[in-house]
Amino acid sequence: MTRTLFDRVWDAHVVRELADGVALLYVDLHLVHEVTSPQAFAGLKREKRTVRRPERTLATVDHNVPTGERSVPIADAVAARQVDALSANAREFGIELFDLQSPGQGIVHVIGPELGATQPGMLIVCGDSHTATHGAFGAFALGIGTSEVEHVLATQCIVLNKPRNLEARITGRRAPGVAAKDLILALIGKIGTAGASGHVIEYTGDAVSALSMEERMTVCNMSIEAGARAGMIAPDEVTFDYLEGRPRVPTGAAWSAALGRWQTFRSDATAHYDAQVRLDAATVGPQVTWGTTPGMVADITGRVPDPAQLATEHERQAAARALEYMGLVPGTPLEGIPIDRVFLGSCTNARIEDLRTAAEVVRGRHVASRVRAMVVPGSQRVKAQAEREGLDRVFTDAGFEWRNAGCSMCLGMNADVLGAGERCAATSNRNFEGRQGRGGRTHLMSPAMAAAAAIEGHLVDVRAW
Amino acid sequence: MVAPFVRHRGRAVTLPRRDVDTDQIIPKQFLKGVERTGFGPALFHDWRYRPDGSPDPAFELNSPDAQGATILITGPNFGCGSSREHAVWALAQYGFRAIIAPSFADIFVANCYRNGVLPVRLPATLVDALIRSTEGGVYEVMVDLEQQVISDDRGFSARFSAEPYGRELLLRGLDEIGRTLLEEPSIAAYERSHA
Repeated sequence: MTRTLFDRVWDAHVVRELADGVALLYVDLHLVHEVTSPQAFAGLKREKRTVRRPERTLATVDHNVPTGERSVPIADAVAARQVDALSANAREFGIELFDLQSPGQGIVHVIGPELGATQPGMLIVCGDSHTATHGAFGAFALGIGTSEVEHVLATQCIVLNKPRNLEARITGRRAPGVAAKDLILALIGKIGTAGASGHVIEYTGDAVSALSMEERMTVCNMSIEAGARAGMIAPDEVTFDYLEGRPRVPTGAAWSAALGRWQTFRSDATAHYDAQVRLDAATVGPQVTWGTTPGMVADITGRVPDPAQLATEHERQAAARALEYMGLVPGTPLEGIPIDRVFLGSCTNARIEDLRTAAEVVRGRHVASRVRAMVVPGSQRVKAQAEREGLDRVFTDAGFEWRNAGCSMCLGMNADVLGAGERCAATSNRNFEGRQGRGGRTHLMSPAMAAAAAIEGHLVDVRAW
Repeated sequence: MVAPFVRHRGRAVTLPRRDVDTDQIIPKQFLKGVERTGFGPALFHDWRYRPDGSPDPAFELNSPDAQGATILITGPNFGCGSSREHAVWALAQYGFRAIIAPSFADIFVANCYRNGVLPVRLPATLVDALIRSTEGGVYEVMVDLEQQVISDDRGFSARFSAEPYGRELLLRGLDEIGRTLLEEPSIAAYERSHA
């Protein structure tokens, strides 16, 4: 019987079938952060349970941490308490923690791959929906709730209904100026925010093979925005080259053995998918969102849509509501919409390649006078690498703020938030109402597009640069 | 460990919007706690309260007919976005026992089953029919998880299908971790064979 990549990873983790389609699965790597874990640790303590495999658990602080000066205490007492709680829990249960003072601190989905802790064929969970990121390595990686976090801490296992499998086949050559972010936004625009509900997406096709590891992470990261349980890409030479030599990756004979095993994690040529969708990369232009879900997206050359033209009453209502929130008028060209803020950051687009691409756009130029722009590297290691390459100076010379690592204004749990009515060009993953601050208006796009918008002071087609 | 959910009769309120994400259900400023309690008053915060903190009378949950509601009827893809279980804690602590919609986000469903909240998936036409029924004032619905039937006093009756594992968690109010710990021999065997 033929199997897909997902079937193979699933099968390799079944501890026991509990019922038809329901299995107890073994978790290889459990990533933990400060916001969705305190109640889980409290539950363990209340029941006098322990962490079964602390060495398979990695913790960091990212969601609520300040991105300013690290030598001063956290000003937000409530956030500080959460950070302290993770510290105390990590100590008590023997879990490795990358705290605010650590050079390895960063967004959980940036540091896992950076360390080489994320590896092909693994089952990875984290109390965060963007865990899908790690699927770029051919892992089955999914976000879970806090009760499940507690369950994994106690048992190193998770109970899941086996999701269905959707193949997203992306073929053709991307045009210059078109990023991985544009591919995934275009795909979400095509299938909708619930288009992959109940499914694991496997991204296939020559346009996917051509992506770098970091670009693959951008694509898989936003699988959740299409409703998917996870996104995956079969590991190949690009994957193995990225992993070789990273701190948590085996060496010598163990490397060869790992490589042999990793190469088996792929779909058979005749494997069956429950659903399929195709996208021609050559037809995709730079994308920007105009509404309050990632599926409300259009090519930068397009216009703000007229809700009246949409197919169903539900869509018309949703679009009308979104435009009212976004302060946009139907028919307005997207290019030219003025912005107030720029956020270059998040687990979607704050890795070194993203910063290099954005730096090339802003080099020798200056942020528009009306715009406040910030760069928040995905991890302290990304930040240090960027500084070695002089990218920090490129950004600061251009008028960007250069911050420390964290989730920052992607979800606005720290002090980095939009004011009511402020419009932001963001490289993050969600443009929900109030996501970046109550009343804030978010337009999602690629790093190059956000950088260009910072310079011009309005949305702009980076291909014209 | 949560109280079992077998059947529940309660007042229904509608929120006829699609793609209601967990950022709307519980905005991020309420995620900084280390407890599982205290989220009810913050449910749908930015829709429920005006910037000055007063209740927004235009918001569905603030209508007089909605007071004491325990069943939420809403649009497709409810609970999308962030995995924050705080969203389900907020719904449960506000008083909701069941949510009826054409579709839900996957992680949200998993979180519901672990907190005594029943997500009921019904075809959009039936959800629309229920929404119309609420327009005449106070409206009560009976949700029977054992029989997997939803009904009212006016002759509405529809079958729904809950995920078997989630249904069992709800019906028995099971301690899922305690149950999995009984699988210790299987887990240990897996670890030995994958060492």
